[in-house]
Amino acid sequence: MRRYGWLVLFLLGSVGVVLFAPLIGGQTISIDSVLAARPDDPAAVIFWDIRLPRACLAWVAGAGLAAAGMAFQAMFRNALATPFTLGVSSGASLGAAVGVRLGLGATLLGFSGVTAGAMGGALLAIAIVYGLTRLKRNCTTGAMLLAGVAVNFFFSSLILLIQYTADFYDTFRILRWLMGGLQMVGFDAPLRVLPFVSAGAILLAAVVGELNLLTVGEELAASRGVAVARIKTLLFLSVSAMVGVIVSICGPVGFVGLMCPHICRLIVGADHRRLLPATVLFGGAFLVTCDTVARTAFAPTELPVGIFTSFLGGPFFLWLLLKPPRNTALAT
Amino acid sequence: MIPDGNTVIEARGLAKRFGDVQAVAGIDFDVREGELFGFLGPNGAGKSTLLKCLMRIHTGWTGRAYLHGRDLHRCSQRELARSVAYVPQPGGDQSFPYTVREFVRMGRYAYSGPFGTAHPGDQAAIDAAMRRADVQEFADRTLDTLSGGERQKVFIAAVLAQGSDILLLDEPTAFLDYRHQAEVAEVLHSINQDSGATILSVTHDVNAAMLTGGHVLALRDGEVAWRGPTGDLACEKTLGCIFGASFRFLDDPVTGLRLVAPQGAMR
Repeated sequence: MRRYGWLVLFLLGSVGVVLFAPLIGGQTISIDSVLAARPDDPAAVIFWDIRLPRACLAWVAGAGLAAAGMAFQAMFRNALATPFTLGVSSGASLGAAVGVRLGLGATLLGFSGVTAGAMGGALLAIAIVYGLTRLKRNCTTGAMLLAGVAVNFFFSSLILLIQYTADFYDTFRILRWLMGGLQMVGFDAPLRVLPFVSAGAILLAAVVGELNLLTVGEELAASRGVAVARIKTLLFLSVSAMVGVIVSICGPVGFVGLMCPHICRLIVGADHRRLLPATVLFGGAFLVTCDTVARTAFAPTELPVGIFTSFLGGPFFLWLLLKPPRNTALAT
Repeated sequence: MIPDGNTVIEARGLAKRFGDVQAVAGIDFDVREGELFGFLGPNGAGKSTLLKCLMRIHTGWTGRAYLHGRDLHRCSQRELARSVAYVPQPGGDQSFPYTVREFVRMGRYAYSGPFGTAHPGDQAAIDAAMRRADVQEFADRTLDTLSGGERQKVFIAAVLAQGSDILLLDEPTAFLDYRHQAEVAEVLHSINQDSGATILSVTHDVNAAMLTGGHVLALRDGEVAWRGPTGDLACEKTLGCIFGASFRFLDDPVTGLRLVAPQGAMR
């Protein structure tokens, strides 16, 4: 029991945040009114139809983005490698913007066309960054991050181009979506993301041993029996696809994948057998918390959550970059 | 070609090219079971590359290699890791935030089940390996807090946990102080003597090669420069041909070995 005490704490904390967060907001809801109220009570409607689905979407998206960040950090052996810094999010954004511009999402509630575009864009971005790091042997951390920055710039310019050519309505939709938001009603959106995040999490759970060995280096991983090239391809494709789906629905919510794995590593250590469940549970709770703050801090105005996570993430990134390197593998 | 029962590794025309550079140019050698086999040569001769080809860290090499008579290309990476283990060169990027125990446990990867589940023999193998390499006292420290010598012992513990009967060592004692050099050499010697492990090690140090004993394959510019027992190494012509340098020879009264000291570049 003591061995898994941390897991119980993470689990209770994570579930608690999801259930507690919907009570907070422009109108504070008491637990009694949710439990006792008739179904048509306004407080119950706000809780069940608006705030709880939103908290669930935030949890699933946060868990997925944090797990994706953890996987990229293991593969690139670098704590600064995340879907956001490597340009995967901007690739997904570009794909989704193309989807919106072409009106692909109109028929199926924004799923098929926009989501497929986002997945394609995410894969394109990671292919470019990974290709660049492979092209240059002994590619340094700096070069990899700069490749990510370059991809980010390039895709951002293309997004601007799409916005410029779009009509007023599409421009506004793309812009609001780029800020990363979780505004929606009902359980449709969380249920759409859930299968992808679950599949991604199960896949990552299946390769925890490989993730550990990739963190200590590809040569050592190969010498211990990891089929490195195959595992990396599998991880790149599946993690990028998962990020693509999340981004297509929530927008490019930044820095969750940077902060959560790092904080969890400080708490439970670097072993992915513990780090993966911790990161998933923490990432979910983290984004729910951020979203709750974002929609209450300037009430009645609700900020898109992406603005808030980037507000936290920027300084965190700088701290990671500047802190004295205690170790070489996962510091900077 | 089927090697005889005693040969554990047989390489024929093994070659590896990086772009325009021919790092290893078609080399043949046989390693017998329980043998100490050294790859000697100057920097950039292709020794480490050869080792990494055998471990399939480098792919895309040409030629044939057989492991226990089996074509290396037909083994999965896991199967290979159960027979062959590799210790990288000390130094470099080897500080991980894993504890020593976690890192040694990773040596058992080739036996792990789905979802990283442990093999029944794991715990015993990990404990035995840590005891043998003498790293229990820092079992719960993270690797980035260890000294270079301590870390090298942890790497050897991880390789022992891997349970392979063939060890590939890349300059196992380079950059270590004298005490740690002696400790590491002692552990390796006992693995070879007591467990009958076959050890292939890379070195550029002639004295280390001679003190280790066994057979030597000397490389220069990716080609075989010399091969033979280590006892025959102490010859000015041989060493000049391998290293392009001249040496003085000193007789060690304790071991009776003829040791060498470099004398500056050959004109």
